[in-house]
Amino acid sequence: MTDTPPTTAPVRLSDAAIRRRMLAEFWFYFSQNRGAVVGLCVFVILVAVAVFASIIAPHDPTAQNREALLVPPFWQEGGSAAYLLGTDAVGRDMLSRLVFGAQYSLFIGIVVVSIALVGGIVIGLLAGFFGGWVDSVIMRVMDVILAFPSLLLALVLVAVLGPGLTNAMIAIAIVYQPHFARLTRAAVMSEMQREYVIAARVAGAGNLRLMFKTILPNCLAPLIVQATLSFSSAVLDSAALGFLGMGAQPPSPEWGTMLAEAREFILRAWWVVTFPGLAILISVLAINLMGDGLRDALDPKLKRS
Amino acid sequence: MLRFILSKLLYLVPTFLGITIIAFSFVRILPGDPVLLMAGERGVTPERHAELSAQLGYDKPVVLQYFDFLGRLLQGDFGNSLVTKKPVLTEFLSLFPATVELGLCAIIIATLIGVPVGVLAAIRRGSWFDQLSMTAALVGFSMPIFWWGLLLIIFFSGILGWTPVSGRISLLYFFPNVTGFMLIDSLLSGQEGAFSSALSHLILPSIVLATIPLAVIARQTRSAMLEVMGEDYVRTARAKGMPPYRVIGIHALRNAMIPVITTIGLQIGVLMAGAILTETIFSWPGIGKWMIDSIARRDYPVVQSGLLLIAALVMIVNLLVDLTYGLINPRIRVK
Repeated sequence: MTDTPPTTAPVRLSDAAIRRRMLAEFWFYFSQNRGAVVGLCVFVILVAVAVFASIIAPHDPTAQNREALLVPPFWQEGGSAAYLLGTDAVGRDMLSRLVFGAQYSLFIGIVVVSIALVGGIVIGLLAGFFGGWVDSVIMRVMDVILAFPSLLLALVLVAVLGPGLTNAMIAIAIVYQPHFARLTRAAVMSEMQREYVIAARVAGAGNLRLMFKTILPNCLAPLIVQATLSFSSAVLDSAALGFLGMGAQPPSPEWGTMLAEAREFILRAWWVVTFPGLAILISVLAINLMGDGLRDALDPKLKRS
Repeated sequence: MLRFILSKLLYLVPTFLGITIIAFSFVRILPGDPVLLMAGERGVTPERHAELSAQLGYDKPVVLQYFDFLGRLLQGDFGNSLVTKKPVLTEFLSLFPATVELGLCAIIIATLIGVPVGVLAAIRRGSWFDQLSMTAALVGFSMPIFWWGLLLIIFFSGILGWTPVSGRISLLYFFPNVTGFMLIDSLLSGQEGAFSSALSHLILPSIVLATIPLAVIARQTRSAMLEVMGEDYVRTARAKGMPPYRVIGIHALRNAMIPVITTIGLQIGVLMAGAILTETIFSWPGIGKWMIDSIARRDYPVVQSGLLLIAALVMIVNLLVDLTYGLINPRIRVK
């Protein structure tokens, strides 16, 4: 690379200034990736839509209008400006349902990734830090979870817990958690060899301090990338569970559940099938684009090449 | 090599036991009385309950129950379906070829398209082809395949009327089940139009199931090729004046294929999860649809053993992938 980021540091910098420089460097690499910037923009729009859903949506997402069943989008014959993207089989406004669906997807992504991330970090830290039999036992348990195809295990867990959004999120988080545990463990094991860890230990730092304050902050980069990728998978998998009738239950405007309700109309009303899926695809794509950019910006191995 | 195989096999034992423990506990953590759930009966008298409990072995301590369960598994007894009363293993084996046929077709499509696209994208790095194909790969990777399948049905079955919407073959044809693979059986039967009917039923589900593996394989091939093409020996080969197709075909591609083969092998888990959705959309009578239907019907013996069989299968395929990897890359064996 010809133009280097502003990293030539003066002699002394305050913590805040260092943080600002790190952010600037991060943004420099992130913005090199055009796709990532596009993904970020779409994601920001998505968040805005979810936050301001009740202002943006022209109708109540669950209000049924018996006079307007399966109205096509406005540009088609028979469409009306009152229902820009048409209505579904019971006369609910598609656009409003899609807008409120964004809330579900983002909420699911955040909850699933938070549970999986926190659980995975704690488990991975324990395994990597203590090693020995603790490590063996934990990693064998993780292997067992990873032996099942993720969607199948999530489905069975939901069958145990009972269908519904909360249980679907718990099930998906359990299935994703081993990925975080493995990454954390690998990162912790390589950091444990470093001199600063030994120095901290010699200085009298206790196990908890070593684990969470000394080592963990240096293991975060791969975890952030994995968290982004899991976010998009969580949106996809929860939509799949919704589609199979095991996730969010009707009449909630979750995109996968909307698709399941629309299945019988696929040959009569293309819009009830097309738009929810398109919404899923665009969100997942935007998050994946961002994930690629994050990886480029955070992975020092790729940075040098 | 033998040591490598043995160590890998040994490594699997705890994982397999873990899988059986999960399948075993599954019935016991379900809300409700496990005896009634597994016997599929309702409103039984206390005497009948005790009888069922003894019959299923639920009156023994949990640890003993687990060893009974494990013992039966090792003898090939996976219990009976509550709905059909047939042994779960029999049902599994009769539906399994349908899923294998679908999965094989999907992985063949994914490999035949994914590898060349990845290679070409790497050779022409930064070209419009590279950008276009990698954008397409990212879209494929992000695709909700249950929606993608519905779109294909709308277009090819609804608008064009080219392909049927569901099933494995038209009801007009009937022939003996020789291999379990519709494509081969229809050819063997010699009936006119049977093969093309089977093929037209298979094509859309395979495309849907191939989508995500295709994207993953194309991306992986591209990055593996790029890495290998930066190696010294490739530069040396170029410098010697070797023609580009030989440099790429012999020096680069062969070495780039090692991680790609692993990637292809590891798609089996992805395929199994994808099969659940694909088979549901296309009413494909395979393992995935069977599991979904059993969950919906609360046929818990099927769910329990199906889960176990699928996990064991994925584990064995992953082992085979590992062994192949050791075979082509001797460095792995020594570790």
